[in-house]
Amino acid sequence: MSTTTDPNPPIIQGGIGAAVKRIDGPLKVTGGAKYASDMAVTNPAYAYFHTSAIALGTIIDIDEGDARALPGVIDIMTWHSVKGQLNPIKTFSEGGTGGTKILMMQGPEIRHDGEIIAVILAETYEAARDASHRLTVRYEERDPVATFGDEGLVAEDATLKNAMFKNVQVGDADAALSMAFAKVDQRYSTPPHHHNPIELFTTTAFWQNGELTIYEPSQYMVGTQHGVAEMLGIDPARVRVISHYVGGAFGSKASVTDRTAIVALAAKRLNRPVKLVATRDQGFTIATYRAETQHRVKLGASEDGKITALIHEADEVSSQPDSYKVGGTDMTTRMYAIPNITSKVTIQHADRNTPGFMRAPAEVPYMFALESAVDELAYALNMDPVELRRINDAQVEPVGGLPYSSRSLNECYATAAAAFGWSGRNPEPMSTVDGDWQVGWGCATACYPANIAACFARVTLTATDAMVEVAGHEIGTGAYTIYAQTAADRLGMPVDRVSVLMGDSRLPPAPVAGGSNNAASISNAVAVGCAMVRDQVAAAAVADPESPLSGRDPAKLTLADGTLRDTDGTFEPLADALARLGGAVEVLGGNEPDSVKLGSLAGLRSAKLAFGGGFADPKKVKASFGAEFVEVRVHRLTREVRVSRMVGAFAAGTIMNPITARSQLMGGMIWGVSSALHEATEIDPRYARYTNDNLAEYLIPVNADIPNVDVLFVAETDRDVNPLGIKGVGELGGVGTDAAVCNAIYHATGIRIRDLPVRIEKLLTGAV
Amino acid sequence: MRPFSYQQSTDPSQAVQAGMAGDAASAGTTAYLAGGTSLLDLMKLDVLRPQNLIDINPLHATHGEITVSATGLRLGALARMADIADNADVLRDYPVVAQSLQLAASAQLRNMASIGGNLLQRTRCSYYRDTSYAACNKRIPGSGCAAMDGVNRIHAVLGVTDKCIASYPGDFAQAMIALDGQVELLGPNGKRSIPFAQLHLQAAVSPEVETTLRPGELIIALTIPAGPHTARSGYIKVRDRQSYAFAIASAAVALDIGADGIVRDARIGLGGIHYAPYRATAAEAVLRGRALDDASATEAATAALQGAVTHGHNDYKPELARRTLIRALIHVRDMPVAGAN
Repeated sequence: MSTTTDPNPPIIQGGIGAAVKRIDGPLKVTGGAKYASDMAVTNPAYAYFHTSAIALGTIIDIDEGDARALPGVIDIMTWHSVKGQLNPIKTFSEGGTGGTKILMMQGPEIRHDGEIIAVILAETYEAARDASHRLTVRYEERDPVATFGDEGLVAEDATLKNAMFKNVQVGDADAALSMAFAKVDQRYSTPPHHHNPIELFTTTAFWQNGELTIYEPSQYMVGTQHGVAEMLGIDPARVRVISHYVGGAFGSKASVTDRTAIVALAAKRLNRPVKLVATRDQGFTIATYRAETQHRVKLGASEDGKITALIHEADEVSSQPDSYKVGGTDMTTRMYAIPNITSKVTIQHADRNTPGFMRAPAEVPYMFALESAVDELAYALNMDPVELRRINDAQVEPVGGLPYSSRSLNECYATAAAAFGWSGRNPEPMSTVDGDWQVGWGCATACYPANIAACFARVTLTATDAMVEVAGHEIGTGAYTIYAQTAADRLGMPVDRVSVLMGDSRLPPAPVAGGSNNAASISNAVAVGCAMVRDQVAAAAVADPESPLSGRDPAKLTLADGTLRDTDGTFEPLADALARLGGAVEVLGGNEPDSVKLGSLAGLRSAKLAFGGGFADPKKVKASFGAEFVEVRVHRLTREVRVSRMVGAFAAGTIMNPITARSQLMGGMIWGVSSALHEATEIDPRYARYTNDNLAEYLIPVNADIPNVDVLFVAETDRDVNPLGIKGVGELGGVGTDAAVCNAIYHATGIRIRDLPVRIEKLLTGAV
Repeated sequence: MRPFSYQQSTDPSQAVQAGMAGDAASAGTTAYLAGGTSLLDLMKLDVLRPQNLIDINPLHATHGEITVSATGLRLGALARMADIADNADVLRDYPVVAQSLQLAASAQLRNMASIGGNLLQRTRCSYYRDTSYAACNKRIPGSGCAAMDGVNRIHAVLGVTDKCIASYPGDFAQAMIALDGQVELLGPNGKRSIPFAQLHLQAAVSPEVETTLRPGELIIALTIPAGPHTARSGYIKVRDRQSYAFAIASAAVALDIGADGIVRDARIGLGGIHYAPYRATAAEAVLRGRALDDASATEAATAALQGAVTHGHNDYKPELARRTLIRALIHVRDMPVAGAN
């Protein structure tokens, strides 16, 4: 065997940071990607849910009429046939995987609008739906408590049942406020939002030899597996969940819902596969949503613009039994270098389904309030809002006195402001008119904690290709692509030689795809696996006298370009290096971040989730930041608001792939426009029911509403945040956008909108 | 969806006969199926429960024409919304018609929906479209109106009664009513023609009955008479997003303005605010014989909204509709028109 020196440097094609087109793109646009309800099963029965038409009361009886006799109808299940067969499971905030304590179909009691009260099983979807329409349910109805403003809301201090959550008390905010040169004291509110992913809530379940297989879109393979097993009282090892692609989730497919276990029970009852595709309107009530919030924000500043006081008090709606809260004061109180801060969050219990995670759950509503108030303070000070934020930047957060591992907010503002042309702004409201349209500019801060959790990944290397296996999730983010890039980078192999298997609970466990953690959690685990592969290959090579690398320092050897090589260029072809290991190496890698409690890696195997990073790190605060600038046009007569320009600049550590990251950030900004101008779930307070539970009346932007969106990256290297320096970009882009929109509307019209969404009627003031 | 019988008709007389036969067999529950963009949705929701569907799409070959002549515009009832919106003659001579269609629904729906069916689309009232609400006089006569004290932001402020405050959702209908459109009908006793303004019942007196169509009657064509006002016309639609949304207020305006700037004729239809398609004749009267300026436009718009009744969430609608009409009047006054003074 000859010793070879390669004159060419190694080439890594498609490694970390490369602009690799998403590898599942062609499958998705040609219909080849199989979503959960595309998975074929033999001879399925179709389930259709009948849901409650009241929010509070008791079922007296269900008159089936002629439903059971309809051709094709197999069975109708009610609480009588489900009672006692579902165990309650813990919710996420209690360390479990569920979304709510409300267990459906366990009795005649109705606790919120649209509870599942009957399951019709039929040979066709159409027959099942027809049968559902023929049921007559008699209720004994009670007056429900719907939302803010209703008598009967039950208030609860948010810290009582959320052990990790704390109100903030730093300095003396009241005293500082009373002495402030400029003050803001305003109330803000945000409405309920529903995720409305294009892919509906679907479940297909079948049993084989006592083992349950579930095809269901899931953001948490291991969580769904264990949650359903616990609910059904069976060994999790007998449950397999498969979800290769998820057609949008945004948090709605993170927690286990009762529907999954109910469909599994139906499949057992019929002894055949059962397929459910819940309807769009049912998705409003059988899963979670973003609840409405109310805020009172007080800010005080000295004449030079230094913010001296912040008081942020907020109320959030939850269901009666659950103390779910988002508690965004964790973020708002750490945003600026303010010496005196008080915060308080109160949960208001109503007769509603339990809210849950929705893209930037805490930051979207809470930063709307803070960033609107900061803009109001800028006007009170007669100071540029960018300058106000710049001089109050916090490299050390003021609550615990911890440094940020990195924080490039000022750089984001500088970059975005320059691209937007902010310096040309006349700050005077109503100063710019273009024909019949009033033009305004606004900005706001985006932020999101850089979370990470323990994660496993199996990595297999052969002479020609590599494989990554992890029970991760492709929720539309480009996950398959960036994990392939990580392996390509670390194994020195072109990205198209790396295959990635995900979306199966039998694969090595990964944490929930929530809190923008997966890019960091899974990529770092893949990197650990790749390092283990390298270690094995290198150790074997240096120990082999036949190898050109015999006797070398194994720590200096790298995998690159189909070779194992030393720093001086001496290399051994990968095929040779692997031949002595049987031709392939397979390892199970695991990454347990420093900031999570010991044992979290083992805990993940039973769906015990622990987030590190973010605010959980005892030494540093870890978060990503951005600055967003928006131009709006408001018609002088009819007051339609059109967003005509948007620029966002973001610093989020290592950008794994600028193509997929741009899509995430742009999508977030678009959703921010949606949350500012379009989205709101309407509640009929008399019945505590959602009335616009369809995509015609629940508005989201269409293409015509979205102008060119400029997404800029601010370079940021942060090796403290995690070994690969990844902060995550899934939720960042949508934070602050609605404040930027409302701040721009104020600039255009002189009208301050403090209650979302912006609607035409809120701008119809003054004479024409 | 409840089972139904289905048959296709290639000839209008045969369709009407089939419709009458179906009605005789099933107590008046036959429906004609054209684009299906409204009917099929409501059948899936169990709101409409026809037992027989007569598919009239084959009539497109004989009743899908779009003809602009010296006497006016003639549209076969099966002409698709998209085809009319894109028709060069319509765009030139009847811009309000083209614009009301361009701004309606989505491209996919406009490709499917027939113009006759478009006129008969149903309200977007949430309580009408969701059968789990017990009170809806439109679905269940005498059951009450859940919208009256409920979520009623999109609801009507004119033509409403204590029985129903649903708003008529269509756009094209406002152009039809403004331009004195006529509807040609074929029934078991032959053809008749009625003014479009008489097709819909104008007040919510018996909300379960929305039109004056007789049993088995089929819309076969629409006509709009030519006139000096049709070329100077336009449609302004105000909605919560820039496309694919129903009007919360809209105005169809056609004007004949003399060289002296005096309005010789004004035609105005207003959408999003009325129980039925709405011709604002009081506003037209204000403008005739006067110069159209901010003052007369405002006066006309105020006249158009006289008698508006609101129910809470829709309190904003009279003011928004007023502004929409002012905007539309000024816009149409100032629009360039080939060959105009």
